[in-house]
Formats: sequence, structure tokens, C-alpha cells
Amino acid sequence: MIQTLIIVILIIIAAPIIGGILSGIDRIITARMQNRVGPPILQPFYDFFKLIGKENIIVNRFQMLYVLGYLVLMITSLVLFVLKQDLLMIIFIMAFGGVSLILGGLSVQSPYSRIGSHREILQMLAYEPVLIFMVVGIYLQTGSFTVQSVFDMNQPLIYSLPLIFIALLYVLTIKLRKSPFDFSTSHHGHQELVKGMLTEFSGPQLALVELAHWYELVLILGFIVLFWATNIYIGIAIALASFVLEMFIDNISARMTWKWMIWVTWSLGIGLCIANIALLY
Amino acid sequence: MGIINKSRVKSPWVVHFDCGSCNACDIEILACLTPIYDVERFGIVNVGNPKHADVLVVSGAVNNRNKRVLKNVYDQMPDPKAVVAVGACAATGGVFKECYNVLEGVDKVIPVDVYVPGCCPKPEAIIDGIIKAVEKMNQRIDSEKKEKKE
Repeated sequence: MIQTLIIVILIIIAAPIIGGILSGIDRIITARMQNRVGPPILQPFYDFFKLIGKENIIVNRFQMLYVLGYLVLMITSLVLFVLKQDLLMIIFIMAFGGVSLILGGLSVQSPYSRIGSHREILQMLAYEPVLIFMVVGIYLQTGSFTVQSVFDMNQPLIYSLPLIFIALLYVLTIKLRKSPFDFSTSHHGHQELVKGMLTEFSGPQLALVELAHWYELVLILGFIVLFWATNIYIGIAIALASFVLEMFIDNISARMTWKWMIWVTWSLGIGLCIANIALLY
Repeated sequence: MGIINKSRVKSPWVVHFDCGSCNACDIEILACLTPIYDVERFGIVNVGNPKHADVLVVSGAVNNRNKRVLKNVYDQMPDPKAVVAVGACAATGGVFKECYNVLEGVDKVIPVDVYVPGCCPKPEAIIDGIIKAVEKMNQRIDSEKKEKKE
């Protein structure tokens, strides 16, 4: 019992530190790819603390509630993941967190925020089926929905679920809101969408959204680690390699339309998943 | 509050508002983002959204038509905030000073922290101005706190 508690506290403290450093590395590597020097590695933390110290402009009564909902649900799903609980539960709680942020974006009058939120709904529609298929694939391999069963396996999941792994990389790009799927919150806020869903969040609220996003990042990379869970260090190496791959994709591609995203994820993503599950039979 | 004050200097997010400048200052401001000057080294990001910004960078001569817009952008920024007036027109009205529609400088509409002189100023000077503005903002916060204590 006490051991569980220690793990929970440790992951709640460690996850944002890992997530923040990863996004710092992301910004430096992106800058180097663009022939720039880039910010210091701790830049995301400077941004975070600065935002915490800013005035909290309250647009309406519910906005902060939705932000806190996003943060708490993300922490909950990550804790469940680390405690090796039910994968279906983890994915549904994560989806609830995403919906909470969307409701926050929809609760204001700004058209930028609304368009961004609508696009985020389409993004969820695109990636949720792939995540469910991943769980189905894991169930077919292990006979259980728990994360524990994956760690009990003799051989890495990637041998039996290689196509689902590729589909999961798509989900990673959508989840990190990187190009070509960065249309719900654009990375460069001086474009047609301003900051999309995050336009009306400011100060501490934006800081909490950022914090929740770090938890989310760690959780998604955790899903990738699952594919080589027999030796966790190889799993982490694969997760980091796919994170670097995302940076490449982000820098070499332009933003596409949501129709293209739905088409690609539903045909290619779900196609790969179904082909993989068919192969298992 | 040490860590927050330190973070403020390290991450000034900028929103740029052009009150009818001739575009020379704007080009110099945007040149700061290019690989040669790379303001992201200092954590400066051009956010384009006043609700996320810490520093308002104004270029051009403010006139009676757009002073309302400038005030609106300034009011939307959450505290603490700073204003940098870039170029001669933003500082005093420049060569347009005597025009019937031009106000003599941004400071007639909103409080300005740092004036970056020049027509147009160098990108280095603009970056310097932004960092100075944030440092000044911190000093202002500290002195306000001291006053409250007393």
C-alpha cells in the first residue's frame, strides 16, 4: 500500500519534469533544424512559471473548472497507467480529459477558440478508434486488458503488432498537435487561427493546460514503451526515437486540412489496425 | 517570488501592433525572428495573441483612427505587462509629427516603458529594448510590493 503511494507521488512529480525537458529538447532540435540556436533547455519551465505569475483573466465561471478537469483527468490516467491498471479505463479517462479541454474552448465567445475546439473534436474522432484498436490488439495477444499483462509477456508486442505500432505513431503526431495535424492549436500564434482552442486561456490557466499537456506527452510515450515492455530501456529508447521522428515530421510538413486527416487516419490508420488484427487470427 | 521574477525575464512573449508604420520598423522586428538574430535564444516568442503576451511592441505613428485599437490590444493583455515603442514615429510621431491626424507618440495613449530610437532601429536594438522592458517591469513589481509592505 505504502509502496503504491510512493509510486503515485513520484510519478506525479516526475512526469511534468520529464515532459517539460522533452518539450525543451523539442524546441532546441526544431530550432537547429531551422538553422537557429534555439532557447535554453529549461525554457518550457520558464514559460510555465512566468504564466503562473500572471494575472488571471476570468472569461467565465466554468473555464477554470474545465482546465482543472483536463489536468486532473490526465494525471489520473497516467497514474492508472503506471500502476499497470486497465488500458480501456486509461484511454476513456484520457478521452474525458480531452473533452474537458474542448468544453473549455467552447465555453467562450471567441470564434478562434470555437473553430479550434471543433477541429479538436475532429482530431479526437480521428485518433480514438486507433487507440481502441490498439487495446483490442493487445487483448488478442495477452488475453487481458491490463497493462500488467503486457509486462508479463515473453516477447515484445511489436513483433505481433507492428502495423498497430505504425498507426500509433499517427496518433502521437495528432496528440502532440504537430504538423501536419496542428490545426486545433497552431504552433505559431500569428496565423489565421491565432492560438485556436487556447486563444482565450491566459496566465495561470494556460500554465495548467501546458502542465496537463506534459502529463499527456508522458502517457502517450508510455503507450509506445508498451510495445517493447520486456526490456523497458529498449522501450524507452523506441519512445524517444519516435519522439524525434515526430520533430522531423513536424518540420518537413505543412498543415493539412481536417478532411485529409480524417481520410488518412480512418483509411490508413484503421486499415493498418484491422490488417494487423486479421493477421493475428 | 524569486523564480517567477527570473522566469519573466527569461520568457517575454511579444505581441506586435503596427499603428500605420511605413513597414521599415516592422521588417526589422520580424528580422529578429530569422536565424541570423533568433530571438528564441532569449525565450522571446511572437505570439500574436494579446491574451498570451507580456510585451506589446508598437511601431508607427499613432493616429486618431487607431488609438482605440491600440488601447484595446493593451487592455486585453494580462498584468504584468510592458510596452516597447519601436522607431521615431512610435516615440514622438517622427516625420509625421505635425500632421493633423497624428498623435505625438504612443505614450499619449498607453504608458510606454522603453523607447527604441531610430528610423528604423537595428534588430539588436529592438531585442535589447524588449529585454530592458521586462527588467523594468520586474523592478516596478518589486517597488510596488515594497510600497504595499510599508
